[in-house]
Parts: sequence; C-alpha cells; structure tokens
Amino acid sequence: MAGIELLRREGLEVVFPQGQTCCGQPAFNSGYSEEARAVARTQLALFPEPWPVVVPSGSCAAMMRRHYPELFAGEPDLAAVEALAGRVHELTEFLAGVLGVKLVDRGQPVRVTWHASCHALRELGIREEPKALLGQLANVELVGLARERECCGFGGTFAVRFPEISAAMVADKAADVAATGASELLSADCGCLLNIAGKLEQAGSAVRPRHLAEFLWERTR
Amino acid sequence: MPETPPPATPPATPTSPAEVAARERILGRLRAARTAAGGEAAAHGGAAPAPVDTADTAFLAAKTWPPAERLARLRRCMEAVRAEFLEATAATWPAVVRDFLRSAGARNVMAGAGSPLAAPLVAACAGDGDPALLLYDRPVEQLKASLFSAVDAGITTCLGGIAETGGLVLCPSPEEPRLLSLVPPIHLVLLDPTRLWNTLWHAVRDLGWARCLPPNALVISGPSKTADIEQTLAYGVHGPKRLVVVLVAGGPDRAASPAEAP
Amino acid sequence: MTTLPANFRASSTAALADPQIRANFRRAMDGLMAKRAALFADPAEWRALRSLGTSIRRRTLANLPDLLERLEQRCRANGIAVHWAETTAEANAAVLSILRAHGATRVVKGKSMVSEEMHLNDFLEEHGVESLESDLGEYIVQLDHETPSHIIMPAIHKNGRQIARLFGEKIRGAQYTEDVDTLTGMARRILRRKFEEADAGLSGVNFAVAETGTLVLIENEGNGRMSTHVPPLHIALMGIEKVVERLEDVPPLLALLCRSATGQTITTYTNLISGPRGPHEKDGPREVHLVILDNGRSRIFLDPELRATLRCIRCGACMNHCPVYTRVGGHAYAAVYPGPIGKILTPQVEGVKARHELPHASSLCGACVEVCPVEIPITEILLRLRREASHREPGSTVLEAGEARDAWEDRIWALWRRVHASPRIYRLVSRLATRLRRLPPPRLGPLRAWTSVRTAPRPAPRSLHELARERGVPDA
Repeated sequence: MAGIELLRREGLEVVFPQGQTCCGQPAFNSGYSEEARAVARTQLALFPEPWPVVVPSGSCAAMMRRHYPELFAGEPDLAAVEALAGRVHELTEFLAGVLGVKLVDRGQPVRVTWHASCHALRELGIREEPKALLGQLANVELVGLARERECCGFGGTFAVRFPEISAAMVADKAADVAATGASELLSADCGCLLNIAGKLEQAGSAVRPRHLAEFLWERTR
Repeated sequence: MPETPPPATPPATPTSPAEVAARERILGRLRAARTAAGGEAAAHGGAAPAPVDTADTAFLAAKTWPPAERLARLRRCMEAVRAEFLEATAATWPAVVRDFLRSAGARNVMAGAGSPLAAPLVAACAGDGDPALLLYDRPVEQLKASLFSAVDAGITTCLGGIAETGGLVLCPSPEEPRLLSLVPPIHLVLLDPTRLWNTLWHAVRDLGWARCLPPNALVISGPSKTADIEQTLAYGVHGPKRLVVVLVAGGPDRAASPAEAP
Repeated sequence: MTTLPANFRASSTAALADPQIRANFRRAMDGLMAKRAALFADPAEWRALRSLGTSIRRRTLANLPDLLERLEQRCRANGIAVHWAETTAEANAAVLSILRAHGATRVVKGKSMVSEEMHLNDFLEEHGVESLESDLGEYIVQLDHETPSHIIMPAIHKNGRQIARLFGEKIRGAQYTEDVDTLTGMARRILRRKFEEADAGLSGVNFAVAETGTLVLIENEGNGRMSTHVPPLHIALMGIEKVVERLEDVPPLLALLCRSATGQTITTYTNLISGPRGPHEKDGPREVHLVILDNGRSRIFLDPELRATLRCIRCGACMNHCPVYTRVGGHAYAAVYPGPIGKILTPQVEGVKARHELPHASSLCGACVEVCPVEIPITEILLRLRREASHREPGSTVLEAGEARDAWEDRIWALWRRVHASPRIYRLVSRLATRLRRLPPPRLGPLRAWTSVRTAPRPAPRSLHELARERGVPDA
C-alpha cells in the first residue's frame, strides 16, 4: 500500500487491477510452463493499457520483464506479452530512475541495512537506486551488509524443496544482518523479506524487517 | 660420441576399428546437429571459420608498456612469487652464476651440451670449490638417475620475457633439453632484459608460433608452488624450488637467430 | 570404490551438519572470490576479456567437427597418435591398450577431470596398473580413497590438520607434522621417485589447438611437466569441447582461466606440447597419444541452447561463488563436476531422471552467471532442465527427458493454476487466509521445514486487494 501512496504523492494516477493474482514464477521455476502461462495470461488481460506497470517486488518484476517473453515464445499472444514486459518497472527503479523522486526525511535518526534481491540485482541490474533513495533521507544511516550480494536462500520453491540448504543460507544472512547493528532491515523483495523476517524473529532478533516502500512512506509523510 | 635417438615416428599402435567407428559416430552427430539446428552453427555456414575479428582483439594489442617499464613490471610480478634476480653483463655473468651457486651450496650445474652457456661456464668454474659444470650431452635414459638425484642446478637461456604477468619463454631443444628447467632443484635462466614482450599474446604472434611450434615450448613464471594445503602457499613442490633469473644486459652470445621484441 | 546411487538431498543435509566442511569451504571460497575480484577489478577489462573469450569458445562450437578433424590431422602430422572414444569404457580400453603395448604398469598422473569421468584410476588398478596422482591435491584425495571435491582444488574440503593426520597415518615412516612446507616436502620426495621410474605419464588438456596440433597444459606444481616429459610414454585425455581454433586464441583464454580459477594472472608453467621427442632432442616422451572423449557431449551439442554448456573452460569460478556449493561442499553432488556447472552438465550426461534433484538444487540467484568467463547462461539452462525433466519438449534430445514427472507435483501445480488463473477463487482463498490468520498454521510438509528455522508467515488482516479498494485506488 505504501508503494501506491508513494506513487500517488508524486501526482500519478495509480490503478490497481483487482483481478491480479500472481506473476506465475513458482510454476515457471518448477518447469510447469503450461500452468505458468495460464496464470500469466490472466495477468496479461488485466494490464492492457500502455501505462507503466510498477511491481513492488524484484523477483516478480524480473519474471514479467525478462521471462515472460521466453515463456510465450512461439505463442500467438507473444506480441502482447512483449509489449507488457516492456512496460514493467520494479518499484525502486521507477521511483528513483523514472520519477526521480525527492524525499525529505521527517523521522528520527535510525540505522538501517539493505538487502538486495538476487533477481533485482542480477536480472534487472538494480544496484544503486535503492541506496540512492535511502541516501536522500538525512537521518537515516545506511550500514553495508557483509556478503551483500549473497543469496538469502529463499529462491521461492527452493526454500520448499531444499529447506536445509535454504535454512543454512538464511541463518548466515540473518547473522550478517544482526552484525550490522542496524535496527531495521530493508528490502524491496517480498520473498526475501518473508524469508529473512521469519528467521530474524525465530532467532529473537530485535531487527525490524520492512519493505523499502513502507519505510520511505513512513519517513517522509 | 653420444648416440642420437631415432627420429620420432608416428606410434606403432594402430587405430582400432572400434575407434574408427567411435570417431564416425561422434563426428556424424556433431555434423548432423550443425545442419539441423540454427543459431551459432548456421552463422558460420560450415566452410572456412570466421577470422578473428581484429576489433575483438584490439584491446589485447593495446596492452603495452614502454620498453623501460617492462623489466620493472616483469621483475615485480616474478619476485612476488619468489623468483630471484641477479644482475650481470655479457662479460660478468659466468662469475655471477658461479658465485651464486657457491653461496647456494650447489656442487654442480648442468648446461645443455650445445648451449652457448657451456663454454663460458667451463672457464668460470675452473677453481677449487667451484661448482662442476656438467653437460646434458646424451639421451635422458643414460643420465636420468644422476639428473634426479645428483644434479643441483640446471641453467638455460630463454627467448625472452613477458612483461604483463611476468614469465620467461623457453624453447627446449637438442641444445637445451626440457628437463634442465624442471628436474634439478635450482633453475637458472639468462634473460636479455631488452627481449621483453608486452604480453603472451604479443609473444605468440611475434614468434610466429602459429606456423612453427617445436615439440615443446613453455612459459615459466616462478619456482614451483602449490596452495593445496589449506590454501597456504608452499614452494618447491615438484618443479624447481628456486628460479634464478640472471639479467644479462646485451644478452649472452647466441648462435640462433634472436626473436625481435617489439 | 563403490558408487552409491546419488541422493543430493541426503548428502547435502549431512554436509550441512558437518561444521568442518562448513568452515573449510566458507574460508576457501571467500578467499578464492576475493582473489578473483582483485584481478578483475577493472570492469572494462573484465567485459572485454570475457566477450573475447566467449566469442572464441562460440567459434569453437560453431565449427566443432571441422576443428576436431583438423586437430587430429595436425597432431598426427606432429607425431601424436589420436584415439577417439564415445564412451568412458572405450576411453579406458584405449588407454589400457596403449599401456599394454608398452608393457607399462606404473603410471603417474597429472590432474585430469576427464580421467575422473572415466574412473580411470580404479579401472587401471583392476587391470594391474598402478596409477598414482601427482598433483598434490589429487595425491591427498587419492591417499584417503576419496574423489575430488572441487575441479581446481581437489582437497579443498580438508584442512591442514586433517591432511597432517592423513600423511602421518598413510605415509610410511612419516612423522606427524602440521608444517605445510614439511608436508609438501614429503609429497615431493615420494613423487619424485615415481616420476623417475614411471613407465607412462597421463595428463589432461586445458586446450588443444587445431591450427598447430598443440596440447596446452597449465599448472603451478610442475607435476604436469614431470608426467608429460619424463616417462617414455605420454597419454593425454580431453573432452571433445576442449579444442580451440588458433594458437592466438589461447592467451586470452588462459588469462580468463587463471584469474577465475586460482586468482593468478599466470600459472607457474604454461606448457605447449606439439609432439613427442623431436628428432635430435635428448628428452621428452618417445610417444604421445591423445584420447578424445565424447561421453555425452555430442548429444549436448545437438541442442543449440544447451550447447552453451560446452563452452566451459573448467575454471571453477561458478562453484566458488555458489551459496549452495559453499555450504554443502563438492562431495554432496556425487558427481565428477560439482557446483553450478555440475548441476547442468551431470543431468545431461547421466539423465535428467537419474539426476532430477540437481537442476532444482538452486535458488537461481545467478551469482555463477555473473562470474562465468564464457557467459554460460547457467540459470537459464537450469530452468530448461527443470522443464525437460518433467515435460519432454518435442524433438528434445535431452537424456531421459520427461521421465522425472511426478504425479503429486502435477496435482499441486494444477491446483495452483486453478486458484491463480481465477480472480474469484483467488479472492476467496485470500479472504480465508486473512480471516483465519489467527489460527495456528498446520505444521505440515513444507511449512514444517520452514518453521523449524523461522517463524511462520502471518497473513495480514486484510489483503492488498482489499486495502486498495478501501483507499479508493481505482480498479482497471
């Protein structure tokens, strides 16, 4: 919701198609292309207008922008899919890169650390935008995460298929987060957040995990 | 007169029918894939392969250092992996080598029988307590045992050095056999510091190796080493423990035609 | 050595519980990653070198059959005998027959991953030939009757103390010591005698140059040169994809390989072998043989997308950067090639049914893709193999395609599709989830594993759909 509010504050008219469900990545990652396509088609029908489609999660944005065209290769609706894919933006990329938002910090001093999702980082090339956004907030101290580029272990279906390996990865990530001394962990990927938050809480950590959009909205209203 | 070994002939083991069949099956499958599939294969049509695009390699060609810097660079790279350097001139190198060998406690040093290094070393090592000069003058079968256990140092020339990464280019030959730079625990190499290529890529082109590689050519960048035990560096594993580069300004006399360094 | 059926799930779980493996690999991988990063600090150089390396390897694959024939021609003209083997059994037979023709019973080996594919050492032992590994890491692994756990650093799973103990126990007359130089010295002494006495030397091939009929071998220790120059017979083993077109292709590939593999700009020795002992040479092997092995590669070649697997120059960067490999180590894969390259190569060679776990054992983080010097699209290929495992694509040449289909999984995705392809059903399910949020979650299946290390996810009081509607965000 915070993401929507941030966009609306910039004067954009935001439409939220109520029929949307899922980008289809779980099935696609599991090798079930037919099922993934069926669900993707449902989404396709909901975003026909030539407007930017803003996605507040790195892995979903990557799925739609990078993998939809592959998924629909040879299909009759490929052209429409490619058109949609071309309009997809990940939220931080849209805020920083397209809108160039200016943020004024109204919050108390706080130390935070940032977790980049692998999909956003490597598939969408989103490296600096989130840090640039945070950098605009005068009272926010951004502390770097050790082994910043290492995966948190979620990987969607991976966490379910290989839970022990996923657990080992998230344990290391949570430990690295705790070591920063930050009071908040920020990320723009819902899957990563779900994963790391669950571990932090189980470990009794006081670090508060939050979506970047929510954090930005709260600090600047 | 040492016996020269018979020339190498293609080995006697014939290719078995099974191997011929395997060859046909493998190549057949590879060829079938090329005609059937598109993509990379189709782009090259199957006739003469596309030449190396000079635009692709321009950045390799551009990797150069002024001649004055090349030696410093080579030396820095090689000393970082424990190669040792001695400085000499065409006149002094035999004595420099001899003195080094004495300080290293070497009883002897072996040079190739036809090497230009042999005669000057004989002269230099004539005194009491000097290391003896041995000659690699017969096939290895006749001196293997002593080479492995009784030769303390081997000495060779080299074609030149590689500035980018450090490294010396060697071309073993009947005059300077392969094992001289491998088996004795100390390997001394004479390097003319003006014969430095910028990179291996430059050296390969310059030497025209694409047309005339000898049976063995190599680049040596330091003494033998390993990091297989807990990633801790240890030197002198199987190859020489010490690589000693003797810089000879003006180069030792060479009978063979020198390679041009750009 | 018996081979158990591969069970990645079980072996990786066991490895995760072993603090020694965790510690050894974490330390080693962190070190290798840092070294590589230092040598590729200039992004422009990395891009240029990588692009050139990729195009060289692409060119090889585009002309593979011609290059192999040319390589064979040039090698023969140089006096190198060339043998072809479609299967590892054929390759083993070829090697044995060459050795027998020479009455060779004592062999020293340089490092060769192809020989691991062949299980060559075991085969030779069974046939009365002693085959001793001479690369220190391989020697250590052989001493302990293990297989390599990394393609560049075979003994990386062992720490110094473990090696010290191994040497103390297995080497006759050895005093226990943890001093690395002393341990290395022991290996040197033992192997030196073996080099001297060996009837034959075996080696791998880093690259084989078609233009000149040259085998390129790089190494740091000197055991490669010892194995290939001292014994009177040298047998080199290579996969069909290791050929390159021109000699000048080699320096850029070596630059990529050395920096990616061991964090060096150059190895101690770069050895170019273009023939046996020359007419007047005093040393070098009298005969050199090259065995070219297929073992499933030509089948991989058939598919234009999967063909990229064959670009691999065996640098190991992918596994050094893989968060899964770092935690489970190489042995968990029960494959010759572990890590990301192993996950795409092994199922294609052994069958996607036999190895159905491997393509799924990845979070698709893409760290490997980022560092691969020849741009192999590893994550794309993993996804492709996941598809092929359960759904054979028409015309597919993938081994065992479609044979790993699971009825339960079919049902799960059919259900998932039902819910997510229908906005109405989805709304219903999500309302249920949010309204029933206070109920404890059932500790079943995936949720149990999840909740053993994390708290369960708690649905929000209202879904985003509801919130958006409430706040007046217009629908489409």
